[in-house]
Amino acid sequence: MEYNGGAVVAMVGKNCVAIACDKRLGVQAMTISTEFKKTFQVTPKTYIGLPGLATDVQTLAEKFRFKVNMYKLKEEREIEPRTLAHLVSSTLYERRWGPWFVEPVVAGLDKENRPFICSTDLIGCINFAKDFVVSGTTSNQLYGMCESLWEPDLEPEDLFETISQALMNAVDRDCLSGWGAEVTIITPDKIITRTLKSRQD
Amino acid sequence: MADRYSFSLTTFSPSGKLVQIEYALNAVNAGVTSIGIKATNGIVVATEKKAVSTLVDDSSLEKVAIICSNIGMVYSGMGPDYRVLVNKARKAAQAYKRIYMEEPPTAILVKEIASVMQEFTQSGGVRPFGVSLLIAGFDESGPMLYQVDPSGSYWPWKATAIGKNMVNAKTFLEKRYNEDIELEDAIHTAILTLKEGFEGQMTENSIEIGVITGIVATKDDGAVILPEFRKLTPSEVKDYLANIV
Repeated sequence: MEYNGGAVVAMVGKNCVAIACDKRLGVQAMTISTEFKKTFQVTPKTYIGLPGLATDVQTLAEKFRFKVNMYKLKEEREIEPRTLAHLVSSTLYERRWGPWFVEPVVAGLDKENRPFICSTDLIGCINFAKDFVVSGTTSNQLYGMCESLWEPDLEPEDLFETISQALMNAVDRDCLSGWGAEVTIITPDKIITRTLKSRQD
Repeated sequence: MADRYSFSLTTFSPSGKLVQIEYALNAVNAGVTSIGIKATNGIVVATEKKAVSTLVDDSSLEKVAIICSNIGMVYSGMGPDYRVLVNKARKAAQAYKRIYMEEPPTAILVKEIASVMQEFTQSGGVRPFGVSLLIAGFDESGPMLYQVDPSGSYWPWKATAIGKNMVNAKTFLEKRYNEDIELEDAIHTAILTLKEGFEGQMTENSIEIGVITGIVATKDDGAVILPEFRKLTPSEVKDYLANIV
């Protein structure tokens, strides 16, 4: 899990959720890309973040895209974030004895526009949080930042500031993450994605 | 022995029909009548419990089956074939739940059962199922009633009948059904429709009724609670029978 590096964090706000990731791809100490984003849009109102071993990040992003597309065709509706969380969990547990080296984060709004976030470990144990979830090589630093900065019912613009500060300062204390960040705010009307310029080291 | 029957027994006739499926439908039409009616707030399915002799303990005979908490079904045709499909349906519902931690929507389960039934019309050494199913389920898009035939085709119905007396029963239903019917009326109508073709005395032990009714509720954390399918107890059936002169 510490081969490529990476960080993902998601937070709940007032009728909105935010998900953010860094953009570094490295091979241990050597940085080889600064455009490797780890968040992927799954439905118009749900995102999934996949930090961990880069090959598994790519493969699982494709696997989930496949499963969610099939779901949409069969059930003739978009998948709800809670259902997606269980789908992620069962997909990971299928490989219990040879796991995918990722620890996914799910963030989205359900059909009543209620915020939903959760994270799972690499074998599918779901953590349903009401405030924030963190994942990746920077998880310990992110826990510290989120615990101090997060407060309930933040408006989208304030949530953006909070999650950005939490991510930027956490990755500055992790040599395997950083090199830029991407923050996505999901509200009932629109999704805003912003790229942050951070310390390029 | 197995290698001699590895070809498919359902082969096309020159007119483009699969005669095995036609014969399977004959088996269905020889079975006792079953009714299904969709109301605005739920669905009722009903069937006769025809025992071969008075010595049979009909309290242990189950024709209306619960597949998962929000879906139930009933049949007309061959009982043993039905039992196999009930088991496959229950397993399919639980397999869905293992992946998504949710009950399957009715349409999804119906598609699964229908593809199982279709497989048996295109595989070697097997014959089609000799049953038609009425599947009643309540999911987030509301109550839905489906009929599945031995060929694997399925249709959604507002009200229908299958089995021996289906023609008369459907004519009866066409007259009495309206889109705004509520469940209580629907149960009443279902019993009357069964009575039309009933041989002998209709008691609470000679018919089986399953209902699903309620609303889709949401818990605080966003999880959805669906109405539950249940069978009416003999005493409840007795009350309904008493209301019919």
